[in-house]
Amino acid sequence: MKRFSYTEKKDTRSGFGAGLLEVGRKNKDVVAMCADLTGSLKMDAFKKEFHDRFFQAGIAEANMISVGSGMAVAGKVPFVGSFAEFVTGRVYDQIRQSVAYTGANVKIAASHAGITLGEDGATHQVMEDIGMMKMLPGMVVINPCDYNQTKAATIAAAEHKGPVYLRFGRPTVPVFTPEDQKFEIGKAVKMIDGCDVVIFATGHLVWKAIEACEILEDKGIKPELINIHTIKPLDKEAVIEAVKKCGCAVSAEEHLINGGLGDSIAQLLSREYPAPLEYVAVDDKFGESGKPDELMAKFGLEAPDIVAAVERAIARKQK
Amino acid sequence: MDNTELKRLATQVRRDIIRMVAGAASGHPGGSLGAADLMTLLYFETMKQSPATFTKEGKGEDVFYLSNGHISPVWYSVLARSGYFPLSELGTFRHLGSRLQGHPTPVKGLPGVRVASGSLGQGLSTAIGHALMKKLDGDPCKVYVLMGDGETEEGQVWEAAMFGAARHVDNIIAFVDWNNQQIDGTCDEVMSLGDYRGKWEAFGWQVLEADGHDFDSLRSKIAEAQQLCGKSKPVIILVKTDMGHGVDFMCGTNEWHGKAPSAEQAERALAQLEETLGDY
Repeated sequence: MKRFSYTEKKDTRSGFGAGLLEVGRKNKDVVAMCADLTGSLKMDAFKKEFHDRFFQAGIAEANMISVGSGMAVAGKVPFVGSFAEFVTGRVYDQIRQSVAYTGANVKIAASHAGITLGEDGATHQVMEDIGMMKMLPGMVVINPCDYNQTKAATIAAAEHKGPVYLRFGRPTVPVFTPEDQKFEIGKAVKMIDGCDVVIFATGHLVWKAIEACEILEDKGIKPELINIHTIKPLDKEAVIEAVKKCGCAVSAEEHLINGGLGDSIAQLLSREYPAPLEYVAVDDKFGESGKPDELMAKFGLEAPDIVAAVERAIARKQK
Repeated sequence: MDNTELKRLATQVRRDIIRMVAGAASGHPGGSLGAADLMTLLYFETMKQSPATFTKEGKGEDVFYLSNGHISPVWYSVLARSGYFPLSELGTFRHLGSRLQGHPTPVKGLPGVRVASGSLGQGLSTAIGHALMKKLDGDPCKVYVLMGDGETEEGQVWEAAMFGAARHVDNIIAFVDWNNQQIDGTCDEVMSLGDYRGKWEAFGWQVLEADGHDFDSLRSKIAEAQQLCGKSKPVIILVKTDMGHGVDFMCGTNEWHGKAPSAEQAERALAQLEETLGDY
């Protein structure tokens, strides 16, 4: 298998901050807003360099989303940012009407997504956001895996015409994708070629899946790994092709089973190519306080959990 | 435009409203009739805008947002009467396949509409976003936005009010259709607006009041509001109106907030509204 390695760990939110600064330099129509979390979202560099194009929204996310729609109507490319919970669940109706139904070119930047937000606990650990956002007609949903990919995704989001939900996280994680990668919205990235099972991973779970693949190889199993950085639109051809080749699949994500990546894949497979699918995700539970690594282990989102899911999937295939 | 001509226009707009709502057997005639004079003045006299130059971005033009989207009939009528789309299209209101959805949306390509509205409380925020971008671009034109008074029970309106003042959005003129009526009763009964003028002032806005059925009052207050623009504070005009104005049995009550007249009731209403410019 192709080996992946890393020399440093960085947070994906910093990839967003770097990407935002770059698109700000490229395109004077890019503007940004944040709801009192500018440092957490890593938007400070943009704010410093483009102070006239940065707007502090205060702790008023509903207003921020709709202000963003007005900016988009005026021809700008607004990035509106906060923690993932506060730019989805709190403002679903504003996103639905002012952004998605309007077709406004607003980019929703959602940091601290998932369980790895950590110690703040379940109030802040949204694991329903992908589901909420992918249900909105026309909304693009992106969940990149590391610093480099998040930076590239931010640039791609700015270039895309239409609403985008861009999800990233708080903790530092390995940087393992290329710095100069071409990011194509809706195009899955094959990381490892295999034939016994295909693992579809997204966000922080891509690195966990790489670790799982090493364990599986030692057991004589040849897994294929596909990085699904865009959950909507889903790369249907890539998913079907891999499942046809491998005969069974595992989805891995830092999200609830309901509404997540696995849900999208299951819907696709049930219609076009029924095959065993096992989920690595959180099953109908809220999170809790703890360190990110402790939480990933407790909620079943570590490499051994992916290995176990692979073994279940392969066992079902052989029946 | 002289008041007689405005009155003729507004009366025809009121006929359009009754005929559209009756034709769809659904819709919101009360608030639409109440806002007809203000909307007529805005589109035929106040705002620098034209269907010939309309773009979503609205650069170099005044732009308008209707936040209380349920009074779409009055907006559709003034847009059509201004030439934004064919008058005959008013007859498609709320029908399958129409660009004139029950609540306004730009997704069907209806000229004049820039954002969806209907879920209340969002339009002031959107208008402020557009106004901020006009300032960023050095565009001297203004953003106008209309809200309902009941609508301002939504918390987001006050987020927007605070934001507009804090960010010195002084190129916006907001209106509240202050008829003291909403679905479940009067605003006093449902959710008292309290010291309404004082609330807006406390949030840092310049506040004016106008008689929504007196063109001279509206005209002079809008002129005053325009003079107050560029002085670091956002401006709002609280417009006193009667819900259902122009039709005696619909006037001053919430009964016709969201109810269509029967054919017989529509005839009675139209008998009170002279056909001045020709029906669609």
